[in-house]
Amino acid sequence: MKRHLISAADLSRADALLILDTAEELAQLADRPIKKLPTLRGRTVVNLFYEDSTRTRISFEAAAKRLSADVINFSAKGSSVGKGESLKDTALTLEAMGADAVVIRHSASGAAHRLAGWVQGSVLNAGDGTHEHPTQALLDAFTIRRRLRGGRGGTGGRAAPPYGGSRGSSPRTNTALDGLRVTIVGDVLHSRVARSNVLLLSTLGAEVTLAAPPTLLPLAVGSWPCAVSYDLDSELPKSDVVMMLRVQQERMTAAYFPSVREYSRRYGLDVARMARLPEHAIVMHPGPMNRGVEIAAEVADSSRSTIVEQVANGVTTRMAVLYLLLGGTEFPAVTQ
Amino acid sequence: MCAASSPVAGRDGLAVLDAEEIRRALTRIAHEILERTHGGDEVILLGIPTRGVPLAHRLAGRVAEFEKLTVPCGSLDVTMHRDDLRLHPARALGRTELPADGVDGKTVVLVDDVLYSGRTVRAALDALNDLGRPRAVQLAVLVDRGHRELPIRADYVGKNLPTSQREIVRVLLCEVDGQDAVMIGEEGSRP
Repeated sequence: MKRHLISAADLSRADALLILDTAEELAQLADRPIKKLPTLRGRTVVNLFYEDSTRTRISFEAAAKRLSADVINFSAKGSSVGKGESLKDTALTLEAMGADAVVIRHSASGAAHRLAGWVQGSVLNAGDGTHEHPTQALLDAFTIRRRLRGGRGGTGGRAAPPYGGSRGSSPRTNTALDGLRVTIVGDVLHSRVARSNVLLLSTLGAEVTLAAPPTLLPLAVGSWPCAVSYDLDSELPKSDVVMMLRVQQERMTAAYFPSVREYSRRYGLDVARMARLPEHAIVMHPGPMNRGVEIAAEVADSSRSTIVEQVANGVTTRMAVLYLLLGGTEFPAVTQ
Repeated sequence: MCAASSPVAGRDGLAVLDAEEIRRALTRIAHEILERTHGGDEVILLGIPTRGVPLAHRLAGRVAEFEKLTVPCGSLDVTMHRDDLRLHPARALGRTELPADGVDGKTVVLVDDVLYSGRTVRAALDALNDLGRPRAVQLAVLVDRGHRELPIRADYVGKNLPTSQREIVRVLLCEVDGQDAVMIGEEGSRP
């Protein structure tokens, strides 16, 4: 694994599986009386948030605290950014304070990449503009694997020999998402979640299809490792996973569709559409949701929806990433 | 049990215990556990991954055989509590699996293959502390090779093996390595 986590494309299949397997072990922590591990004691994680966020920031904060790291939260509001301080100067300030990891969310695509060139510690991309959000993709992959692949060890997961080795040879490390069909629906153009998910899920062997109006697909979508469809209804019956994306009104500078009502009619997931899905299929949403636009309230609250589960899995997955980036020697080289 | 294969000297060094001797040592330890815990009441065996876990299961099997008593068996991963994490790249985690009743009020017997510096056992004690409050904690190891760096000792020892710190002791078990043996070799003789 590399020192930073900027893009889902940085992760090899082995890296991604190592993160998911680590998260699987850490998930047990939620059932324990003491939900804390001493592993990152004395390390400092800075949450550098230039953009509003509820779940990602809280999730990273909870993850770092459960590993006993010190967390410094920085949000652009109420800081010297308001006085005109540049990203680089802010980064150097954090560097001087001895941050071991910087979790950055920024409205400019590529901000995390730039930051990685300025600081010594690890940089974790928590969303940069319309570019990437790799930890979201990891938690989505983790959620899919738990729901549809029974967590670790494939079909015989829990029944596997209790003394399974921890070095790459045990059966669980081979459990990827091969053969699963994932349909990502909606505002792909403005979505960092979609890009990261396409990259990561295809690395893990899933077949990804984007279903969106032509105006909401990026120009270079032809070069992505996925299929593209303009017709959601024809994709639903063959999907194991449907991932709905938020319509990002705040990033829309032009009219991408005639009206919200029309968008909702063609690409929104309502009860009738959900009924077209196979029995076992799950519905995902990275949040925050626009209920009634891309997803109907009844669908969001149904038993097929993994939306709340995704939030819980977010903490676990981010703990795994923080542990693997910061838990070892200064410059980890996990890739075998 | 895997096919009885005599360990090959050379590749991993010298065999100091063979499959039969390991079997006898475990049988003795199982008897000692029963004796020391007055019949194995309220006892839990927790193996430390990787090779402590199959050893714990074997001990539980012996106890079941001798006393018709089911001793709960589990595993305790200590990776996140180690004190040498920063000396190595981040390692993959092992599995922690506790019996359904937990460890509160029980006599926990930690099981590992080799006792050396004692640091793994210290990490295990810390990890256990976060899981509950056992009535007592005991330690069973297949091999005690000395050179302790912490005030820790084993309650049950399969074999005391005087070693030099330059030597490497390796326990091979059927479940993990395909054969039962304890090997001792000079530094660098490990593949």
